Amino acid sequence: MPRVAVVVFPGSNCDADTLAAARAAGCDAYYVWHRDTDLQRADVVVLPGGFSYGDYLRSGAIARFSPVMASVAAHARAGGPVLGICNGFQILCEAGLLPGGLMRNARQRFLSRPAWVRVESTDTPFTRLYQVGEVLELPIAHGDGRYVADPGTTAELEAGDRVVWRYVRDNPNGSTNEIAGICNAGRNVVGIMPHPERRNAPVLGGPDGARVFLSMEARNATQHAVDVRAVGDRHLRV
Amino acid sequence: MSGPAPFPGDPPITPALVREHNLTADEYRHVEALLGRAPTFAELGIFSALWSEHCSYKHSKQVLRQFPTTGPQVVQGPGENAGVLRLPDGWAVAFKIESHNHPSAVEPYQGAATGAGGILRDVFTMGARPVALLNSLRFGDLADPRSRYLCAGVVRGIGDYGNCVGVPTLGGEVDFGASYAGNPLVNAMCVGLVRERDLIRAAARGVGNVLVVVGSRTGRDGIHGASFASEELTHDSEQRRPQVQVGDPFTEKLLLEASLELIASGHIVAIQDMGAAGLTSSSAEMAARGGVGVEIDLSLVPTREPGMTPYEILLSESQERMLVVAKPDRLAQVAAIAAKWELTATPIGRVTDDGMYRARWGDQTVAEIPGKRLVEDCPVYDPAAQEDPRIAELRRAQPPPASHLPPPDEVLLRLLDYPAIASKRWVYEQYDSTVQASTVFGPGGDAGVIRVRDAEFGIAVTVDGNSRYVRLDPYEGGKAAVAEAARNVACSGARPLGITDCLNFGSPERPEVFYQFREACRGIADACRALGTPVTGGNVSFYNESPTGAVDPTPVVGMVGLLARIDRAVPSHASAPGDVVFVLGETRAELGGSALWEALHGFKGGTPPRVDLAAERRLVDYLVTGAERGLFRSAHDCSQGGLGVALAEVAMGGPYQENGLGLEIDLSSYSRLTAAEVLFSESQARAVITCAPERAAAALALAQELGVPAYRAGTVGERNGTVRITLRNAESRHPVGQLRDVYFNAIPRRMGD
Repeated sequence: MPRVAVVVFPGSNCDADTLAAARAAGCDAYYVWHRDTDLQRADVVVLPGGFSYGDYLRSGAIARFSPVMASVAAHARAGGPVLGICNGFQILCEAGLLPGGLMRNARQRFLSRPAWVRVESTDTPFTRLYQVGEVLELPIAHGDGRYVADPGTTAELEAGDRVVWRYVRDNPNGSTNEIAGICNAGRNVVGIMPHPERRNAPVLGGPDGARVFLSMEARNATQHAVDVRAVGDRHLRV
Repeated sequence: MSGPAPFPGDPPITPALVREHNLTADEYRHVEALLGRAPTFAELGIFSALWSEHCSYKHSKQVLRQFPTTGPQVVQGPGENAGVLRLPDGWAVAFKIESHNHPSAVEPYQGAATGAGGILRDVFTMGARPVALLNSLRFGDLADPRSRYLCAGVVRGIGDYGNCVGVPTLGGEVDFGASYAGNPLVNAMCVGLVRERDLIRAAARGVGNVLVVVGSRTGRDGIHGASFASEELTHDSEQRRPQVQVGDPFTEKLLLEASLELIASGHIVAIQDMGAAGLTSSSAEMAARGGVGVEIDLSLVPTREPGMTPYEILLSESQERMLVVAKPDRLAQVAAIAAKWELTATPIGRVTDDGMYRARWGDQTVAEIPGKRLVEDCPVYDPAAQEDPRIAELRRAQPPPASHLPPPDEVLLRLLDYPAIASKRWVYEQYDSTVQASTVFGPGGDAGVIRVRDAEFGIAVTVDGNSRYVRLDPYEGGKAAVAEAARNVACSGARPLGITDCLNFGSPERPEVFYQFREACRGIADACRALGTPVTGGNVSFYNESPTGAVDPTPVVGMVGLLARIDRAVPSHASAPGDVVFVLGETRAELGGSALWEALHGFKGGTPPRVDLAAERRLVDYLVTGAERGLFRSAHDCSQGGLGVALAEVAMGGPYQENGLGLEIDLSSYSRLTAAEVLFSESQARAVITCAPERAAAALALAQELGVPAYRAGTVGERNGTVRITLRNAESRHPVGQLRDVYFNAIPRRMGD
């Protein structure tokens, strides 16, 4: 059972959802407060969504100075899996653990709606149970979700198969190359703008996001991973 | 200790100063009699706040007494920060609706944001974690640039606040009308979940316990907000802008977590939001509820700027502050919890046994008032009520003849494009509706539905009100608001449990307005009795007037329902070709107050639909029972725009579906009505359901058993098909894609997107 540290910043508001989704997927998930520097032997670190420090100044700009972030960076440098969801993705970019940044949505407004993303790479700790080309429905809820990077970086991401998810049907926020999520060159640090933790059960409209969390577990428990692939997500309880 | 004395710099108490404080000469005499002397400036401010309409309900109290407030499901009725209803498995739901109309009229963004902030605090001070927000908004015509500015600002304000705190907005309603141009309505509702045994109430107890301020520092914003909310808006109201509070949702989120942790810790005995009239009302009300006195040293209150006077500190409405009553030996623990959430906790006073409300500045007493009398002795009025004869005339008036109407298919497009009816996607897309990962149905359907983690049940929530009916017939309109809310909740499969109401009216000192208020409340009371949904609290907002007159009377009902099995929740839209469509309820020639007459003729008259409460009750029973048995694929309430709009909505589906579904409907047997009446009459107690063909017989049999008229009207067609409605001598026929295009783009187009 992988140990999953969910980092809580002041203003995080998807921490409980993320913890619950990780636990539902069989992980040993727990909170780490932003002032702590001990990740408590975490196998995986997740930076959840929200408005860390009120998103004052710029989304994620203050959170990266939190004491915990040095430990997160060390974990990442050692090859440990790190997932940033929404505001967590913004923080990873601000902290330099992922390239590029997330700017105001093209329409200048907060946008809460379903989005459709295609899985572009299964070679990350969080997508190993998906298949390339699968289209997932996941909710988005963000004001600053437009992924931008300079052309050189974008080309590098594309060439290195580092675009992990891409918006299909439409590009809700104007992201470069319809990018919804990326990983670093080591493939262990991953950021995603939509919220897989909000769509991990049939009662929430579908289980499309569940395998992000099941993938963490699958790293250790391969038989379980095979089972999940075989039966889909139907074994998940409501 | 000496009696209260003026603070250096206090102005002398003159009749003009008393008037500025919105106290009448009679009320002021009452103050003097109660004190046995003239009040100090600080005391005048205290009375002005607590005896404002907003805090005292002095014009509405008598009328509100008729509301049913009890029932086996009621844990907490009116009088607390929020009402509470019992749910299964030891859970309870705390909920309340409140207005922030006046601040939003002068500063839409902050006015609306702080409205959301205040209602969240009302719920989490009960110990409940907020799980849903809803809102009910009214603006002037979107053709007017100022109305667009107000609408955009209010929506952004609500969104930025709720999104940051992390509470999903699950539903709401937005309507438009000329009467709201100068005085928009912004009503926010919050719903929270709590274990019943963990509820905490806002009554100060225990002589010697300590009063602690937790949260933001006190500044000069919002002074006199409560009295501002109790006067009419005028051209000078712009100058009130500094009285609008400024919200900080980040601090609110910290305060939410800190408050819930404090409550769970057992270190505190009571907690209350410092809302309208700030420190004054929170401390006085907590003392009165507990039957004790309090003594506060205002010089200890942390302030944002130097030189604040006792008067200013007492009346500031700075946001994100809580007043906590803590056990004296637990102050260190209280401070530690606050510090964990980066907040300060400052002891400022204590609970006393002499029943006095006493404020000091160091050693000097600046206010000393018998506490219970301060809260309870506010004069109560029984204003004159008289219907405006012009309204009675309007009820009898006839619109231009129906022959002037375009054919029904064209009317349908006009109505789907009418902002009151069109999709509010542009609005609700700006609200996070899925945070907390429990949203089963978000905005855009009949009711918002959320699961309760690890429980079999869920809850359904809605807000509803139709001022068109209330204006023409306040009694029937009041009934209709409750009935529509109940239908919306029941369509999702939930059993209606109880309501909270926000009563938005003009000045109660005008007999024609008070008549509307009294009759609308009578309607709400009768409907709540008939439907078994007690009133658990709410808010009265009077003086919604601008230089052009009063707003249309707008009672808004917020309702909570219980879905016994969350996996049986019923969506609003058709989803399977070949399903059978039933129309439930009776359609009559009831076009008075209809969207049809308003949108097509600009005519806002006639007799609005009658509400048959027994029929509503049967319909609710049917919808809930059918859902429990898994008979329905979808269920949708029939309201504004009648059957035509309801059927179109069933077919169009949600805004993010790739396409809608066709419908093949035959209403030609409705032979006693004209085409316009069949399609657009707004008769109550109706809904449209779709069923899998193999469930149709059972659905029909249940309708017969429960006495609900059910008419098998047709079938669901293909994806991206045609919506065809056949009438006796007319037909309405549109590709569903065309309907979707009109319906979903009507508001973005007007907002310039």
